[in-house]
Amino acid sequence: MAEMQAEIVHRHEAPKAFIWKYIFSLDHKVIGIQYYLLALFSVFVGLTLSILMRIHLVWPQASIPLLDKVSPLGAPGGVISPEYYLSLLTLHGTIMVFFVLTTAPQGGFGNYFLPLQIGAEDMAFPRLNMLSFWTTFAGLAVLMATFFIHDGPPIGGWTSYPPLSAVGGAAGPGMAVGETLWVVSIAIFCVASMLGAINFIATTLDLRARGLSLMKLPLTCWAWFLTAILGLLSFAVLLAAGVLLLLDRTGGTSFFIPGGLLVSDKPILHSGGSPLLWQHLFWFFGHPEVYIAILPGMGVTSHVLSTFARKPIFGYRAMVYAMSAIGVLGFCVWGHHMFVSGMSPYSAFAFSVLTMAIAIPSAIKTFNWIGTLLGAKIRFSTPMLFSIGFVSLFVTGGLSGIFLGQPPLDIYFHDTYFVLAHFHMIMGVASIFGIFTATYFWFPKMFGRMMNETLGKIHFWITFVGVYAIFMPMHYLGLEGNPRRYAEFIDNFLLPLMSVHRFISIAAFITGAAQLIFLFNLIWSLFKGKKATENPWEATTLEWTVPSPPPFDNFAGKHPVIYHGAYEFSVPGAEKDYIMQNSPEEVAADH
Amino acid sequence: MALAVALVVVIITLLSGYFFWAHTWWFPIDISKHGGAIDRQFTLTLIITGIIFVLAQLALAYAVWRYRDRGDGRKARYSHGNNKLEATWTIAATVLFIGLTLMGYHIWAGIHFVGAAPGAMRVEVWGQQFAWYFRYPGPDGQFGPVHIGDKYDPATGKYIDDNKVDDATGNYLGLDRDHDAASKDDIVTATLAVPVNQQVELILRSKDVTHSFFVRELRLKQDLVPGMEIPIHFTATKTGRFEIACAELCGLGHYKMRAFFEVMTEPDYQKWLQNMAAAQ
Ligand code: HEM
Ligand SMILES: [Cu+2]
Ligand SMILES: [Cu+2]
Repeated sequence: MAEMQAEIVHRHEAPKAFIWKYIFSLDHKVIGIQYYLLALFSVFVGLTLSILMRIHLVWPQASIPLLDKVSPLGAPGGVISPEYYLSLLTLHGTIMVFFVLTTAPQGGFGNYFLPLQIGAEDMAFPRLNMLSFWTTFAGLAVLMATFFIHDGPPIGGWTSYPPLSAVGGAAGPGMAVGETLWVVSIAIFCVASMLGAINFIATTLDLRARGLSLMKLPLTCWAWFLTAILGLLSFAVLLAAGVLLLLDRTGGTSFFIPGGLLVSDKPILHSGGSPLLWQHLFWFFGHPEVYIAILPGMGVTSHVLSTFARKPIFGYRAMVYAMSAIGVLGFCVWGHHMFVSGMSPYSAFAFSVLTMAIAIPSAIKTFNWIGTLLGAKIRFSTPMLFSIGFVSLFVTGGLSGIFLGQPPLDIYFHDTYFVLAHFHMIMGVASIFGIFTATYFWFPKMFGRMMNETLGKIHFWITFVGVYAIFMPMHYLGLEGNPRRYAEFIDNFLLPLMSVHRFISIAAFITGAAQLIFLFNLIWSLFKGKKATENPWEATTLEWTVPSPPPFDNFAGKHPVIYHGAYEFSVPGAEKDYIMQNSPEEVAADH
Repeated sequence: MALAVALVVVIITLLSGYFFWAHTWWFPIDISKHGGAIDRQFTLTLIITGIIFVLAQLALAYAVWRYRDRGDGRKARYSHGNNKLEATWTIAATVLFIGLTLMGYHIWAGIHFVGAAPGAMRVEVWGQQFAWYFRYPGPDGQFGPVHIGDKYDPATGKYIDDNKVDDATGNYLGLDRDHDAASKDDIVTATLAVPVNQQVELILRSKDVTHSFFVRELRLKQDLVPGMEIPIHFTATKTGRFEIACAELCGLGHYKMRAFFEVMTEPDYQKWLQNMAAAQ
């Protein structure tokens, strides 16, 4: 292993007390793991909710043991009512988008590995880091509380459109206290994400090791950096929107509520507001949010593909420019969620062209991933399998966007299962594959033990085939015009589609169960896994130059110096087939 | 392992594509004047994305299989990319994607940029949790004012009771037939009927929350936003009975917010309208 090229400055010792070491820790690695555990808890809750939904859709009369204990009102006798279906739907979407896809990839892995990959001792603001985790935790606690209030979680969906979300209990069960808690939870989450984002931006800009120019950064770091910028700008807008909604609900204002409404025979005493204003604000956040979810996945996929292909990433600069372009354009396309909303049809046309424009950098990334594999020497470890799966899912999910981005086609597909298929493929499952890739790849560094490869591969196979079995048929349902967010299917045209729904549900049960293999592997490997060496994957970046797990102060008080880009694999004439970023070895064709 | 990954990707690709190819599940018939163009645009998009889908997945499968580590001591190719290739696929993607959306432009323009013809028949579509109502203006061609909920009085800053909605008497839209002359002959129904081959303008309105008017066969979907009156027009070209579904989450009964849409011959339609007028 290459010697660290720097003099010892001073070492920092970890705090001894349990509470400062593990609970209110300032160590980015502990905070990263805390974020990961929060996401892990959330993803299993979210998954359980989706399984309950899939049960209700095909067996609406099924009685689920213990469910009536959680919600006597929503599931009397354990039978999910249509309104409780919508509660499950709302919490499933909210938990998955906010507390899984926005936490694990960024707060979890980003926190743990950004400082390690750039040669820093910690994040720029450790206290802020701790604060953002605990704020996120508070947000989750508030959201989970909705399960235990009298009429259960809100039924407004994760998009929470007013007036449904603004007029209180008259709008339906869960729309009184439950919806207020939802808004509060999201507002707290926004604050937490912005605090985290500032930290990521400052860390990337200020704490890079000597020699680590921006164009030598691992693509993971680029992804975390850009994600942080997106988060800072978009969560600010959602926070503002959330505060306005809260004021409408409790302060008597009318930002989103027009006059003359009659909800459940109850006149609503508001006037002058605009329901479309919320949609604009929400999607101004919401579209960047899908990139917040997927960019870190793109980063880790690029990273892992190159490492296991033993080949430099194809088109490093193109990748950086493409991610940056996605970041900028991501703020210009929110209107594609609103083609049939009543917004001006002229702006729909502009949004459509911009949406197609953002498809271009996405296509560039895909080509570069495949380009990376050409001429490679691929090692098929579990992280590599999941990143190959990521590319496949990204292609599939991306292409359905080409339909939805065209207003005349979106007229038909909007709010049907086609949309459900699209966003689950690209935002949901692809990002989850990014998280799996990262987990299998970095587990050895984080915990000093390897994860079990056999279990990992079984997990990959069931999950990869499973998600296609769940979400591919949803496109066909969309062709038939099956609307989404339906608790039951009673329209005549929906009845013949029940066999497809049954197929999807069964696929979901199997895929869901397979995630227990992952959970088992995680816990088992923590104690029984094979001991990991410093650099088990023969990767090039800085985190692999320190022990597994790394010491409290990461580089033991030394300051690494960077000589190479992040993806110097199979360099002609080099001693091994990889060159560490901090290795002073000369490379003929170095960039 | 390489072969397994490649095979599974290929099988998934072919199977996914097959069901699109075989039209196992497909659009219902199109009964609108503008729908044919939408269906053609869909087919064009499906062909282009379908080709990209198959090529990209097969390329992935091929690369994974062909470039596996064979343990033969061969090194991977040392290359940082190829700018010519980058430029090629960037330009190709730009032309294809932007081109596609421009080609669909005239369809959207035809639906939204030109209003209904002056002689078009007008019907108001009202959404409420969880029912649809349709209002025909009657012989005077005028919709009378509705009295729903309370009115804000800017002079006093107070809300004035203006609610005449009464489900018991069937006054779902709060019409004041005794005082508003234009309301007298308005016809409110629970089914939407229109004559075939005649342009119809719908004016979409909501009493409570946002709903969405969706008729698959018409290739038409448009939200009903409280506080707005959103016009949309179409011409139905085939007679028959179809379903209207709500396509925007509107509360606990969203899934059962449905109604029927009937396209009739002109004489049938006139007869139907007379019956409805008599029943008011
Ligand atoms: C096994 C995996 C999953 C299954 C079976 C599943 C299933 C479902 C179902 C049945 C719905 C409701 C459909 C409807 O009635 O409209 C839904 C909605 C949703 N899901 Fe998932 N899902 C899964 C994973 C995910 C993941 C990983 C994400 C992360 C982004 C996600 C995000 C969402 C969102 C945002 C909604 C929309 C909620 C709303 O309409 O407000 N799902 N999912
Ligand atoms: Cu979007
Ligand atoms: Cu509805």
